Amino acid sequence: MPPTQTLPNPGDFTGSGLACRRGEKLIFRGLDFVLAAGGALVLIGPNGSGKSSLLRLMAGLTPCDAGMLAWSGTDIREDMGAHRARLHFIGHSDALKPVLSAGESLAFWARMRGATATTEPALARFGLANAAMLPCRYLSAGQRRRLALARLAAAPAALWLLDEPLTSLDTEAAAQLLAAIAEHRAQGGRVVLSTHAPIELGDATRLSLADFRPSPAEAAARLLA
Amino acid sequence: MSAFLTLVARDLRLAFRQGGDAAMVIAFFVLTVVLFPFGVGPEPELLQRIAAGIVWVTALLAALLSLERLFQADYEDGSLEALALLPLPLEAQVLAKCLAHWLTTGLPLIIVAPLLALLLHLDPAGYPPLIAGMALGTPILSLIGAIGAALSLGARRGGVLLSLLVLPLYIPVLIFGVAAIEAEIQGFGARPDLLLLAALLVLALGLVPFAAAAALRLALE
Repeated sequence: MPPTQTLPNPGDFTGSGLACRRGEKLIFRGLDFVLAAGGALVLIGPNGSGKSSLLRLMAGLTPCDAGMLAWSGTDIREDMGAHRARLHFIGHSDALKPVLSAGESLAFWARMRGATATTEPALARFGLANAAMLPCRYLSAGQRRRLALARLAAAPAALWLLDEPLTSLDTEAAAQLLAAIAEHRAQGGRVVLSTHAPIELGDATRLSLADFRPSPAEAAARLLA
Repeated sequence: MSAFLTLVARDLRLAFRQGGDAAMVIAFFVLTVVLFPFGVGPEPELLQRIAAGIVWVTALLAALLSLERLFQADYEDGSLEALALLPLPLEAQVLAKCLAHWLTTGLPLIIVAPLLALLLHLDPAGYPPLIAGMALGTPILSLIGAIGAALSLGARRGGVLLSLLVLPLYIPVLIFGVAAIEAEIQGFGARPDLLLLAALLVLALGLVPFAAAAALRLALE
């Protein structure tokens, strides 16, 4: 295995020299981060600055245009199966079926990750204990969001990637989410989340995507190259 | 229960709850076959001559009807993205979804086909190769269809594109499926054609998961 990273700590999730291109457009470049066990990374930046793109990059949904993502110093591309097994990605869409009940939906996603325990504690954790039997088509936007987030509690994963998790959540649910994140971090889990709302996470690293925006000249040069 | 079976069970549950798809495929199959006696006339000799072809062509079209939903619904509500990030490889998930699709559309087609053949006065010798051919052929329809469904994801008028992509690839199945019945009726035996269908099925089982999974990953990028 080639030496890929200088002295990584075991369990560090790192990105070095990351660049992302959507279509022809270079969104960000030269982005580095280190996320240690128990760490949290908050992505901030205006619309279109690449917060979602970076999260999708971290999940392995889109390939990096340049740079490398590594887990404990090993390129994640060497074993994508292992990388997928250790992450939860909650994107903009809630991945719910109108005809399945909230309980069935959550149980499906938990079982697909190998969790065998009952999903009731996860539902209760996000205030959905009474909605377990309700088909998802009757859930409100906030309840659908809670149900998507309940997947975090229903199956363990080392890395949580959350794209604007506070969208449509009321203050109670937002507090429940923050509590879940705090507990996850206390157990050595890592969180990356993007947000526009001010969010209180103890000693989280803030990463402003606007700092990595390419200059117009740079974008043009990369296009010609 | 393994993740593979969990996914099959979930797709079956969705199919039963939503109901429409499987019933529509069968209704389309029956109605279209019934149209032929009206169109070409009710003479038993003529119908008997073209029965195998009618049943197979109509089965192909009926299978095509339900393909568009194979990945489309999951793509639209974000489930596909979440599925692609599960530990179970996307290739295995494609097989699971094809299995569920076959159980809800291919299997009912196999059950209804002999009844429709009866309506068209198919020679009695033709029934065993019809059923055997459909049993080998309909899984191929689901598998090849999965490639088309994955490739046409996100395209406008995906349904039309899907038909244009998939129908040419269905031709070998049609040829060997009909040839098996004709050969048996004429006393040559259906074995070679059925073996060729089996070979196609093995080929599709081996290649389709990789092709469809690659197309799905592209759609998700």
